Amino acid sequence: MKLLSKLAVIAAIIGLGGCVSMPDPYDYSAFKAADPKSVIILPPVNNTPEVIAPYSVMSQLVTPIAESGFYVFPVAVTEQTFRANGLTVAQDVHSVDPAKLHDIFGADAALYVSISDYGTSYVVISSETRVTVTAQLVDLRSAQVLWTGSASASSAETQNNNNGLIGMLVQAAVNQIFETVTDRGFDIAAITANRLLHAQGYNGLLYGPRSPNYGQPVASQKK
Amino acid sequence: MTFKSIIAGASVATLLLLAGCKTTEPLYYHGDYNTVVYSYFKAEDVTLEEQISAMQNLIATAHSKGKPVAPGVHGHLGMLYFETGNTALGAEHLNTEKQLFPESAKFMDFLLNQSQEGRNEAAQ
Repeated sequence: MKLLSKLAVIAAIIGLGGCVSMPDPYDYSAFKAADPKSVIILPPVNNTPEVIAPYSVMSQLVTPIAESGFYVFPVAVTEQTFRANGLTVAQDVHSVDPAKLHDIFGADAALYVSISDYGTSYVVISSETRVTVTAQLVDLRSAQVLWTGSASASSAETQNNNNGLIGMLVQAAVNQIFETVTDRGFDIAAITANRLLHAQGYNGLLYGPRSPNYGQPVASQKK
Repeated sequence: MTFKSIIAGASVATLLLLAGCKTTEPLYYHGDYNTVVYSYFKAEDVTLEEQISAMQNLIATAHSKGKPVAPGVHGHLGMLYFETGNTALGAEHLNTEKQLFPESAKFMDFLLNQSQEGRNEAAQ
């Protein structure tokens, strides 16, 4: 009996732990109805002093969207196309008529991204590198918002917990030439992007048509 | 409790454990794609030729692993070739992107037409 009550207490603690931080599940009805197959990542609006932030974030947003099952347009090629057409400022790209974007790229949906934290800040005890991003997925055929989300990741997480999450997600560059290119912010941006978008995460994207899980409910839809 | 039922119980437990631990197999081979794209944006340290060779390695590795390359890989490599003046290989990779991912067809055709127009103007 003593054992039973102990188990009940443990179960209650686990139960509470599971409930505490979960926000309301996202309403995916518009997303599901629109059923986009391809996503163009627009140049992110940069609200940080780091000039490199949009390029770093844009490069890292591709993987979780592709792995969720959508076609993702090559970000450098789309960025160059905007530049070639005189759109060198992210805000200007964000104000282009969705129908026009659909016309040129043939993309079903666009991801509008803004970056609020990027890089290193010095807090009391140690420095941390944090990347925080907010995003909206908009259907380019109807201009309807299909999904919104925001996510943050910090280098301090590795110091505070030992589950090795960050170590797992950050892939070391295979090619030595590229070691000079990467930086802490770029590594952390990969984790932020994954948390924000991956259909496996809580309130991320739905699974797209190229995923074997297409049509299956995502984590926050399961009760 | 027979030996059989213990075995059966153990295998059910193992299956459950396996299901719990199973990490989803990635859909694509991404390799260094994100880093190569980032190096292109930074436009320092790494030359276009080095970026092209990294992209070629990535595609070769994907083939040897029997994995499809990530969407955008051939499109990006096509652009790098165009920038080095190799329009034939540039067009070839844009067409490969289109073949692998028909979702890209409209944009790839747009790029192919633009490069064709550019060449026609240059020839005049």
